[in-house]
Amino acid sequence: MSTATYADASVDAEGFLTQPEQWNEQMAQQIAAENGIGQLTERHWQVINFMRTTFLDTGSAPSIRTLGKASGVPIKELYALFPKGPAKLAAKVGGIPKPRGCI
Amino acid sequence: MGHRIVILGGGTGGTLTANRLHRIFGDSAAITVIDRDDRHIYQPGLLFVPFGLAQAEDIVRSRRKQLRAGVEFRLGEVDRVETAASTVHLADGSNLPYDVLVVASGATLLFDETEGLTGPGWGAKAFSFYTLEGAVALREALRAFDHGRLVVNIIDMPIKCPVAPLEFCFLLDWYLRERGVRSEVEITYATPLDAAFTKPVAAEHLAGMLERKDITLEAEFATGRVDGQAGRLVSWDEREVPFDLLVAVPLHGGAAFVARSPGLGDELGFVATDPHTLQSKAAANVFAIGDATNLPTSKAGSATHFEGETLAGNVQRFLAGAELEGSYDGHVNCFIESGFHKALLIDFNYEVEPLPGRYPESHIGPLPLLRESRLNHLAKLAFQPLYWHLLLPGRDIPGVGAQMSTAGKRLAPAARGDD
Repeated sequence: MSTATYADASVDAEGFLTQPEQWNEQMAQQIAAENGIGQLTERHWQVINFMRTTFLDTGSAPSIRTLGKASGVPIKELYALFPKGPAKLAAKVGGIPKPRGCI
Repeated sequence: MGHRIVILGGGTGGTLTANRLHRIFGDSAAITVIDRDDRHIYQPGLLFVPFGLAQAEDIVRSRRKQLRAGVEFRLGEVDRVETAASTVHLADGSNLPYDVLVVASGATLLFDETEGLTGPGWGAKAFSFYTLEGAVALREALRAFDHGRLVVNIIDMPIKCPVAPLEFCFLLDWYLRERGVRSEVEITYATPLDAAFTKPVAAEHLAGMLERKDITLEAEFATGRVDGQAGRLVSWDEREVPFDLLVAVPLHGGAAFVARSPGLGDELGFVATDPHTLQSKAAANVFAIGDATNLPTSKAGSATHFEGETLAGNVQRFLAGAELEGSYDGHVNCFIESGFHKALLIDFNYEVEPLPGRYPESHIGPLPLLRESRLNHLAKLAFQPLYWHLLLPGRDIPGVGAQMSTAGKRLAPAARGDD
């Protein structure tokens, strides 16, 4: 696993990692803190790990609905863990690109 | 005995695959296409039906008649696929063994997965133009609508033709202006994404388009339930958007049989597919095309068309015992109707986001990319005959390559796909 810090990583204009391989767990905690999440719990990690695995496997970041169906964390709780936009915020903390539409 | 090729689905992907494979193999393969009905809908036409710009009967043809003579078309409901036994089980109890299976069963609209969507108000003040029946019903509702709050809502991604809801907003703005009632109607576009234009270069070029058309954006809105009685959408984080008329794009999933087939689909029922070879992850002799796949590209007819060449070639290679080619690059292009006889055109793939420039010939065009023009609108209208006469027969469209080209596009540093 990379030993880079968030400050060393390549990010886009909104702070999403552009190279998921630069990510590591310390960096996730750092990104979480900067985005008002605080200490990452086991439930956060469950979502983050699911996000990363799915993205690295399929090339797509999961939607809120996919997270709700398959991450083991229900949608209401996702909003408690990652306020406002769980799919977007969990992607950011998990070091994968921002979920986007086609345009 | 020849190869037995079974294709599940007689839509865009299934039809063009059957026709390409029949041209390759002739009588040395028995090709069977299975679908539950014989109605092939030209789906890009659905967008126009609510505004009276297309008639229902003009966009439906026989599935069977789009297939080359020699391809068998069979009506039937698929129960499941047993990939370990290379057999398709139909709901009537019959079985179809195959040497190669192509899953082309598209996406299914899951209206019932959203609480309240089809409850009170459905068909009265809540509609969807993603089905032909819905598009026709919406046309009648729009005719009678001359004031109030109209909300266009994508419940969640992925959806077919991801720009269609935005195009709907643009055409609606035009339609209401023509009728002289635009100032009486508030249009809101509610999307789960954080903007209407989410790719950096497109966002930069198209910024201000919603404001100019006076369309309100409700971003990061993930619909949890629809309250038709009160006329409001409620998001998972308890935000509310009131409506007098709702145009909803329902949740999408794969065909129900995919979920019943061991190992074939992902959690939404889309076939887990290699993004470059189009071989399924479930079995070496199972391939998938178009909206039925989980590929990280748009669910769009153009993607399906561009996949066709790779898919047919790889089925041929597989049957010959040769190595597959990973030649599909995620290429998609879409016309985006913006109203007032104009349209935009975008062209992109897995790596490169939509960029400005010219298409299909660099510098010459004639179609401008990422910019509104009358010519793009005319090209969109001209596309329907090409769909029936070139795309479904599995022919290439002259000058339009399956792989995306960056020639003539302006690649800013921020414009790379890895930005």
